[in-house]
Amino acid sequence: MIDIFLASGIILILTIFLCLYRVVFGPGVENRLIAVNTVGTKTIILLVIIGFIYERPIFLDISIVYAMINFIATLAIAKYLRRGSIS
Amino acid sequence: MVVGAVGLIRLPDFYTRAHASGKCDTLGEGMMLIGFILYEGMTLISVKLLLLALFIFISSPTAVHALVNVAHSRGVKPWKKGDERQ
Repeated sequence: MIDIFLASGIILILTIFLCLYRVVFGPGVENRLIAVNTVGTKTIILLVIIGFIYERPIFLDISIVYAMINFIATLAIAKYLRRGSIS
Repeated sequence: MVVGAVGLIRLPDFYTRAHASGKCDTLGEGMMLIGFILYEGMTLISVKLLLLALFIFISSPTAVHALVNVAHSRGVKPWKKGDERQ
């Protein structure tokens, strides 16, 4: 059963590399931001898969916290881009 | 997930990329988490997975909306047929 999770994890890692292409070569800031947001959401699922592979439920809490941080970071960057400052 | 990543690369314009990756990621994550819930059965772990799925269903589209809103206000022009790829 483990190798199904392993296979899906490896496929996810490959898609993260696809998104990293857009992070590097994205024409503007917005393209890079969307790519980083996509990479963030993919790592959440990767964390859950790792938690299932190693049979450790603590990884789910880590992925929940990471989902929140990713969300708040995206909003903070969006606000910075619009206003010029976060405060 | 894979389709979202491929869409992120091949599509010509920022708005199309945001549209593709935002939707595919949110739904892909939700379905994967529901799959994990089915695999896990009725335990505390599946409750955490459900909470994570609900949170992502709410937060991911909001984040993409915020980004596209900022891009629009910064003057990113939508792509028309015949323009060169951005």
